[in-house]
Amino acid sequence: MSAEQTRKLIVLAAIWTALLLAPYWMVPLGGYTALATRVLVLGLAAMSLNFLLGFTGVLSFGHAAYFGLGAYGAGLTLKFLVLSTPLALVAGMLLGGLCGGILGTLIVRRRGVYFAMVTIAFGQVFYYIAFQWSSLTGGDDGLRGFSRQPLDFGLFKLDILSSANNFYFFVLFCFALAVGAMGFILRSPFGRTMIAIRENERRSRFLGIPVERHIWIAFTLSCFFMGFAGALYALVNNFADPRGLHYSQSGDFVMMAVMGGMRSFWGPLLGAAVFVVLQDYLSSVTVNWMSFVGLLFVLVVLFFPRGLLGFLQRSKA
Amino acid sequence: MSQLILFNVTNGLIIGAFYVLMALGLSLILNLSNVINFAHGGFLVIGGYIAYTITPYIGFWGALLLAPPLTAVIGLVVERVLIRPLYGRDPLYSLLLTFGLAFMIEDGTRFIWGAQGKPVTIPAFLAQPLSSELFFITNYRLFMVAVVMVAVTLLFLLLRYTRLGIRIRAGTLDLETVAALGINVQMLRSLNFAVGIFLAGLSGVLAAGQLGLEPTMGTGLLMPSFIAIIVGGIGSLPGTLIGGLLIGVASGLTAVFLPAASEAVIYVMMAVVLLIRPRGLFGEEGMMS
Repeated sequence: MSAEQTRKLIVLAAIWTALLLAPYWMVPLGGYTALATRVLVLGLAAMSLNFLLGFTGVLSFGHAAYFGLGAYGAGLTLKFLVLSTPLALVAGMLLGGLCGGILGTLIVRRRGVYFAMVTIAFGQVFYYIAFQWSSLTGGDDGLRGFSRQPLDFGLFKLDILSSANNFYFFVLFCFALAVGAMGFILRSPFGRTMIAIRENERRSRFLGIPVERHIWIAFTLSCFFMGFAGALYALVNNFADPRGLHYSQSGDFVMMAVMGGMRSFWGPLLGAAVFVVLQDYLSSVTVNWMSFVGLLFVLVVLFFPRGLLGFLQRSKA
Repeated sequence: MSQLILFNVTNGLIIGAFYVLMALGLSLILNLSNVINFAHGGFLVIGGYIAYTITPYIGFWGALLLAPPLTAVIGLVVERVLIRPLYGRDPLYSLLLTFGLAFMIEDGTRFIWGAQGKPVTIPAFLAQPLSSELFFITNYRLFMVAVVMVAVTLLFLLLRYTRLGIRIRAGTLDLETVAALGINVQMLRSLNFAVGIFLAGLSGVLAAGQLGLEPTMGTGLLMPSFIAIIVGGIGSLPGTLIGGLLIGVASGLTAVFLPAASEAVIYVMMAVVLLIRPRGLFGEEGMMS
């Protein structure tokens, strides 16, 4: 095993150990378990977005739509269809992914700023639907009246509603599944092709790669992951919020990815952790937290465009 | 019924004219500098609040003349300090920066002027309806349309006949060549940005007279302007003009038959346009694709 591989293995082991033990070290540091759960879910969302943004190189600024669709999918399933947590997750993932896949066909031929604008505008469609269709979605108040259900393993039931730690480990399990799938795809020939498109689209095209189709697949996959994260988020809050579909939420996700480091697999998780903790802290100490979040955007863009991990890697090199 | 349709179409046209003013500014900046200015709605709000602040001293007419250039000056400073370092980088960064800026402007206006809505007093004769027959159209609405028409005409004359305008149009097509011909591209971008923000400021003053002022009003007006640009075709200012009017009328007409869908219909229009004519109604082939 080369030194590089050993180093990677150690980093990976450290990440997973930290995540597994989070409920035990967060509380003494002044956090709370639910905060760790939120970091994990929003981190998964930022990683799903980065699957497209950092590894295919196309800028979607409307990904909150698929996140929110996941949340509403899960919430509506629990409220009206079946009382099952796993089925709610699947329903949320499907809703986000399928809507993304359909709209993706209209979006993928655009590039650059045009791609960004069209994704923003289409993302807002779902915001308006959730906002206007109050009889189904609860409108501005959001979707309430559902809660996550205990997991039934036949022999025993696992209570994830009242035990914050049990729920954290359940979310971590889901996170691991999704992140594992993402890593697997990125390591596959398809994932390599995505990176090739990011690095040089024209050359990829000349090599005979169907660029549009690949971008569409990457977009759709990322929407499925996003829907999954959104479904988990609905379970975290027992609530689905129309503002979770709004483009300002998309901006937060892009910010998490950029702040952590777009070019690295784990960067967005780090970005999400910093962002969520900072927002939690700021909104508890000042009513003007929006200004500070805005200032954070400006400062990161001007001074840390490569994100925290990019900055660390460059200063080491 | 016909009265109702007439009312909503007129209303749609008026709203559309307003979107046009917003969208033209956005479009100018987007075409030349490849920057999606998320803070455009924020500049609109700044323009409105400046007008609100100076109206007691110099009256509505003075504010109408003075607030847009003042907003443009603020825009110039922002461009110089924050946006200039980002030219040539991935458009992602200017998008994020202006996005953060929009937050700061919204919160800043709330901090300075308070979260409560503020009314702007308009001259009495503008508040009158046109006639007892056409009671639904106030003079102010017609005045808004007239101002938009004058502004749009002046903008197109500027772009067509002045040196600055010709350079802006040339830069939109091929900025590198323009730079190679010895034109100060930085300056060109700054002036172009200022013109765009001037239009945002003007929209702000006009909106303030019609809707009153709230710190959050910019965000709601941003999305229709985006759609106006996409429907009209990126890279084409006449396209943006037509796109804005079209979505205004479409949402006005939908309000007659299916009020709940009047917001959604503009997105449907966008989807249809992208499906049939992906570059937008007046978009040049290959531009920005």
